Amino acid sequence: MEEFEPTIIAFVCNWCTYTAADLAGTSRLSYPPNVRLIRMMCTGMVDPKYVIKALLEGADAILISGCHPGDCHYINGNYKARRRVRLLKEILPRFGFAEGRVKLTWIGASEGVDFAATIKEMVEEVKALGPNQTKEQMVI
Amino acid sequence: MAKTAKIEVKEEGLIAAMQGFFKTLLEKGDINGLLVPQRLPMKNAVMPTLVTDPEKINGTDPLAPVFPINAAKVVSRLTRRPMYGRVAVVLRPCEIRAFVELVKLKQARIEEVVIVGLDCLGAYGNVDYHRLAGNDGNGSTQKFLQNVLSGKGTAWEDIDISPACKACEHPIPENADLLIGLLGVDTKDHLLLQANTANGEDILDKLKLPTAKEPEGRKKAIDALVAEHSAYRDQMFEETSEATADMEKLTSYLADCINCYNCRVACPVCYCKECVFVTDVFDHEPSQYLQWAKRKGAIKMPTDTVFYHITRLAHMSTACIGCGQCSNACPNNIPVMEIFRTIASFTQKAFDYEAGRSLDDEPPLSIFREDEFQEVVAKMH
Repeated sequence: MEEFEPTIIAFVCNWCTYTAADLAGTSRLSYPPNVRLIRMMCTGMVDPKYVIKALLEGADAILISGCHPGDCHYINGNYKARRRVRLLKEILPRFGFAEGRVKLTWIGASEGVDFAATIKEMVEEVKALGPNQTKEQMVI
Repeated sequence: MAKTAKIEVKEEGLIAAMQGFFKTLLEKGDINGLLVPQRLPMKNAVMPTLVTDPEKINGTDPLAPVFPINAAKVVSRLTRRPMYGRVAVVLRPCEIRAFVELVKLKQARIEEVVIVGLDCLGAYGNVDYHRLAGNDGNGSTQKFLQNVLSGKGTAWEDIDISPACKACEHPIPENADLLIGLLGVDTKDHLLLQANTANGEDILDKLKLPTAKEPEGRKKAIDALVAEHSAYRDQMFEETSEATADMEKLTSYLADCINCYNCRVACPVCYCKECVFVTDVFDHEPSQYLQWAKRKGAIKMPTDTVFYHITRLAHMSTACIGCGQCSNACPNNIPVMEIFRTIASFTQKAFDYEAGRSLDDEPPLSIFREDEFQEVVAKMH
């Protein structure tokens, strides 16, 4: 049997983590190809429904990543994101989604190395969790 | 110490005493109108009515064990912009709590209203109520009051008050200017009228009612009712958590949902003018459905049922006051209130928030602090 390859949907902010991902690429760092980046203007605009939809559609994990506290291009979007992640971590595990399927990190524009390491680590963690329960469900 | 007075109950009974009081309030209370549940002339339906003429108050029956809508929604309509008048609004405790949420969400204003709250003995579902009340509206209210106040309970024939009411730990109005008390009061003789704010005291003085004391048995009666409801609630939380513990269970729990969104329409705190679920965002290309179906071999139509419910939980559970109108509005008897209250109990606790408690607590998703919830941020190496 083939090894389980998770799909991770990452909502990353334009100013920090997306730039870090770009830096990881231009620095020729390698990281697992399991992540699909969605570039947002700010983590503060990641509505809980984006995360919920992705998980219901069969994504194995969600990464939300933005600027470090105090560095947000829009002053405070990342603080709002942190509250929403707190909320999702209260709701989703109660419906059987392991807590590790939603992750929040702060990765600054210069931290390409951290971006690559984070993805690598997360892929390992999600492999251990196994496939998301919604993958084969026809009723969602 | 709150000022108290009594509303005397004469031979005609509680309903007549209430009607008399509201007439006095409208005549002498320095208000321009009264929003009060009233039996409609054409049918036994009990709906909020906005009354300005004291002679048009004869169908008032705020004690009827039914509330077809959460009246906080209509108070929001009345107060979103200046009304240029002062209106007393007669509300159940859960309606006051919903109103408090709406004020904080900037969907209502408190400046022009005087809140009159009533001890709540619970309500039947809309459909159940019509079966019980038949053609005798006032008679059914009287029988219900008699049963409950004499300790016989709320069950009537094979019907009982809604699960939301049974699980309600707030039967006594909070944040009311004037409170009308029934529990632990000798209702054959009088109803308790209590002024809890300066506004309320001001009006109470104008009405010139005989004074009264809060009866000694009242606190005990309230505590007993709250304890009974809390026990029901805790068991409900446990059973609902178990029944929705993974996606297979959750989809089974929601299997009868037809995406009518009645629960969202009936919800007093779900305030968006246009819900995202009815916008173009969900007006998918026909070919998109085929693609989705291909990926899994089959999909249920309409799609996005569970997505809708979890999203609404994420958006609104921190504001859920547990009135149960969602379940009341569901055409297929899905226990919507149960799942909402269960999840809300966790999300509100996570932010140390209780919906409807106070105008001073800020809604959790409208604020943030710089130094909080570090535990949800993954550690970097």
